[in-house]
Amino acid sequence: MKILYFSWIREAVGKSEEDLLMPEKVNTVLGLVTWLKQQDTGYRVAFADDTVVRVAVNQEYVSLDCVISDSDEIAFFPPVTGG
Amino acid sequence: MIRVQAKDFDLGGELKKMTAGNTSIGGMCSFVGLVRDMADNDTISAMTLEYYPGMTEKALVEIEKEAQVRWDLDKTLIIHRYGRMEPGEQIVLVAATSPHREAAFEACRFLIDWLKTKAPFWKLEDTPDGGKWVDARTSDDEAASHWNKPN
Repeated sequence: MKILYFSWIREAVGKSEEDLLMPEKVNTVLGLVTWLKQQDTGYRVAFADDTVVRVAVNQEYVSLDCVISDSDEIAFFPPVTGG
Repeated sequence: MIRVQAKDFDLGGELKKMTAGNTSIGGMCSFVGLVRDMADNDTISAMTLEYYPGMTEKALVEIEKEAQVRWDLDKTLIIHRYGRMEPGEQIVLVAATSPHREAAFEACRFLIDWLKTKAPFWKLEDTPDGGKWVDARTSDDEAASHWNKPN
């Protein structure tokens, strides 16, 4: 799967994107977030407060319980501030 | 029409294009957002807009479609810039043309209110203390919720 990070979440994670093989036993966005937080401090900082993280799967807004697969593009970002 | 671009836009030129050759348009309404030099008591020397190539354009198309469904409009236009901008520069343009002014006014306001809470853009402000990511504002959510359809 392709994972994208934007804004201060990108800065906390330390990269704008990465390609990952779906971790074992992970099948939702929340599962992925939990797995990422176990990997590195940057993810723990980025996802410290789940309530401020917005998620898109294949460029559509979804909630944390969205089911994901290895072919998905998953993006994490804070609430938007354009305009 | 929607455009996400780094370069500045010509307001007058863009609006003229929207009405060119169409004499059934009775009103046009536009809104331009500018980079301000102050935010929460910080002096802003510049602002950098980040976006999500692909999803941002899709979100803007959806917002435009929704406006077209809700109001009797001829054309709508959303231009949003990304990259580095200085105070006074234009960030965003939304505009709507319609046979009637009410639809143009309301659609224009809807376009900017929904864009602010739904389109993936993030602002980084350069302040004397360094770069600060702008927090989403509750007032923007409230402005957008004004347009939610009753269930």
